[in-house]
Amino acid sequence: MSASAQVGIGAPKGFLRRYIFSTDHKVIGLQYLFLALVAVTLGIVLSLLMRFHLVWPAAHLPFVSGGIMTPEQYLALVTMHGTIMVFFVLTTAPQSAFGNYFLPIQIGAPDMAFPRLNMLSFWLTLAAFLCMIAAFVVPGGAPISGWTAYPPLSGLGDVTGPGEGAGQTMWIVSILLFCFASLLGSINFISTTIDMRAPGLTLMRMPLTVWAWFVTAILSLLAFGVLLAGGILLFLDRSAGTSFFLPAGLVVNGELQIRAGGSPLLWQHLFWFFGHPEVYIAILPGMGVASHVLANFSRKPVFGYRAMVFALGAIGFLGFLVWGHHMFVSGMNPYSSLTFSVLTMSIGVPSAIKTFNWLGTLWGGKLQFHPPMLFAIGFVSFFVTGGLSGIFLAQPAVDTMLHATYYVVAHFHIVMGVAAIFGIFAATYYWFPKMFGRMMDETLGKLHFWLTFAGSYCVFMPMHFVGIEGGVRRYADSSGAAYLAALQPLHRFMTVAAFATAAAQLIFFYNFLWSLKRGKEAPVNPWSATTLEWITSSPPPADNFDGHFPSVYRGPYDYSVPGASQDFLPQNVPPEKYARVNQETPNGG
Amino acid sequence: MVIEPRATEAMRTGRRNRGSAGPAVLLSLLLVTLVVATVYVFAARLFPAPPPITQVAAQVDHQYSLTLYATGAAFVFAQLGLAYAVFRFRDRGQHAHFTRGNVVLEILWTCLTALVFLVLGILGSRVWAAVQFSPPAPDTIQVEVTGTQFVYTFRYPGPDGKFGRLDPALVNAPAGNPLGLDPNDPAAKDDIVTSTLTVPVNHPVELLLRSQDVVHNFFVRELRLQQDAVPGMLIPLHFTADRTGRCEIVCTQLCGLGHYRMRSFLNIVSESAYEDFLKQQAAAP
Repeated sequence: MSASAQVGIGAPKGFLRRYIFSTDHKVIGLQYLFLALVAVTLGIVLSLLMRFHLVWPAAHLPFVSGGIMTPEQYLALVTMHGTIMVFFVLTTAPQSAFGNYFLPIQIGAPDMAFPRLNMLSFWLTLAAFLCMIAAFVVPGGAPISGWTAYPPLSGLGDVTGPGEGAGQTMWIVSILLFCFASLLGSINFISTTIDMRAPGLTLMRMPLTVWAWFVTAILSLLAFGVLLAGGILLFLDRSAGTSFFLPAGLVVNGELQIRAGGSPLLWQHLFWFFGHPEVYIAILPGMGVASHVLANFSRKPVFGYRAMVFALGAIGFLGFLVWGHHMFVSGMNPYSSLTFSVLTMSIGVPSAIKTFNWLGTLWGGKLQFHPPMLFAIGFVSFFVTGGLSGIFLAQPAVDTMLHATYYVVAHFHIVMGVAAIFGIFAATYYWFPKMFGRMMDETLGKLHFWLTFAGSYCVFMPMHFVGIEGGVRRYADSSGAAYLAALQPLHRFMTVAAFATAAAQLIFFYNFLWSLKRGKEAPVNPWSATTLEWITSSPPPADNFDGHFPSVYRGPYDYSVPGASQDFLPQNVPPEKYARVNQETPNGG
Repeated sequence: MVIEPRATEAMRTGRRNRGSAGPAVLLSLLLVTLVVATVYVFAARLFPAPPPITQVAAQVDHQYSLTLYATGAAFVFAQLGLAYAVFRFRDRGQHAHFTRGNVVLEILWTCLTALVFLVLGILGSRVWAAVQFSPPAPDTIQVEVTGTQFVYTFRYPGPDGKFGRLDPALVNAPAGNPLGLDPNDPAAKDDIVTSTLTVPVNHPVELLLRSQDVVHNFFVRELRLQQDAVPGMLIPLHFTADRTGRCEIVCTQLCGLGHYRMRSFLNIVSESAYEDFLKQQAAAP
């Protein structure tokens, strides 16, 4: 496609309007993507500092004031790593970045339903990120209460510990801004999906990526509102002297606190009512991408498309009914634990359906191992591993042995960290040609995959064993309990693996930046794919289709249809034309 | 403009991807290695939890093992299935087998998974009921456990069998009153306050967990029990240890900068040693 197509019609002329304060969903999607790349780099660096400190707690670090990392500095890393990764990477990249960029194109729309609202969402997210980072430099440093910020630790100010003063306040303000941004974003995603689909694009013809973003947007709408409310109450407890989460008779550091009537468990319920759906907000888009990419590179339709759609919906729905499984040891009524346990186990059913159907999609296919395909297969592998370890934690009796140990850290890192990031990598390698008009380097992409796949398993599999032996998470070092010393060899192995895996990410960043400038020019449809983003130029023009908006005549995954003259039929190819598709220029517009 | 769904010649004939053998073999091998290594580490019990010291903990271990067998089978099946599919269906220029799904298969594996989860769930619930729903025996020893940044304080009711009144306003750890015992309450006079937990073997013990400041936790791995200590709540937890010994108590709920060093000991001693311990403590000033 000619370069002039990139300019297209309706693109604003000035640099600021086009690239900075843009209302174009593609530019906003890229802004989110670059924000997530900055955030993930920071998040990885924080995690490496933690891993280093766990193994060499007495090492002198030149950038740490005082030379040796203190326990509160370690906990600040714990808090900020978790918060940055969950909010600014796992929520931002799969949904806000790729969803923003590709949802309108995949449904044949020129933009989001509310472009200005979209721009506001991004700028609020950026403000939230800057506010979060600023917590590092305020007096007392970043908060030490973890990404879950349980009161009273987080609710009383710096009497409970360093970082609990200004740092915790910055944290809450950042989270509130992020909630606003996510609420606005989700309204946009939902409206766009419902109202702006191309003619012929019925719900059951939507790509599974669109379904995943749509369901995720509904989850965001329902979950972030609750976190927003909880965050406001916590803010008031800290700054207005209220006692929503603070009971009477608290004596902190020898000082009696004048509070009464609140409940620490209330925060936990509000937080996890958000927090559990958040896990699915992070992983559902990855499921969509995995389905999409597996079909493409297996040259087969997605196995059981309808079941996949219903499974997405079921996971989303059930995701709201299971928050209590984070609270089996919290002191809530043990009878409710049973209810939450049964509901949690039931999520395993739609999750298993998805896994079986991914295998079914590969089965009998013609597998082409481009980097996106490798990462999609990696996604399935990690999703299986991380999902299965969750079945232990779903049972309260077994959870009382594993709760708050490294077993849990292994579980959620594999399923919502590594699997979700593999989804993000699959999406990046898959859509890079469309977003930037150039191909990423295949060899480097594969090398990146091999190292990351093997490395991630080396980092997170041993963590299960640390947990089974009783290794407690969020400990600044292993000096507190005698039995922890025996676990240090495992920690050393994981730390070395973590540094190696992190180093392998430099290959990705190099490939990304190099390909932006030097990559081979991308054709319109480099993967011979069927969905609408692959019928427009790479990158797409300002209105996505240069005025030729497509009509849709078929489902999203018509690969290897018997009787067709090629092994893929784009969604805009009318039925009567498919046999002669090579002689036609079907634009449906 | 735009709109050019045309495949290249190489794409149509599949020749372009003849190089798929390398990645297919490597990925299958990695997946097989993952399965073999994981199964070996679990089967050889290279990293076991310490032996359980209560009946209930043994039940928890049993449920853990059941879950391990079920999920282990699923893990092996899924990862090896993936490895097989990756190797077997790599692009060798063949035509993909066109199918949109198989309703019978889908119903079958949905029901199968649901059944496995149902059985595990029911069995797991029975263990949970054993942990939580059976009331402590009548002669249970009660000990109150208080979490404070970053120490545990244990309180025994003393000979009168009654815990004395606590007043948060009286808390003064440096002056020797870390719990805020009210000296005007006669029931408080004989309360025994210690920094480690000593209990008799084969005797039911009920802990009453509370916290003065932030959320803490009481975790003894040999008991397979964790329970948060939440300010404003009094949370019971009971167990009967079946052997003597000394276990570490650690805090597993992030409670501040000293979280990692918040620990104490659970001493399980004979009945007579326990009586001696109580007498000794009562005699102490």
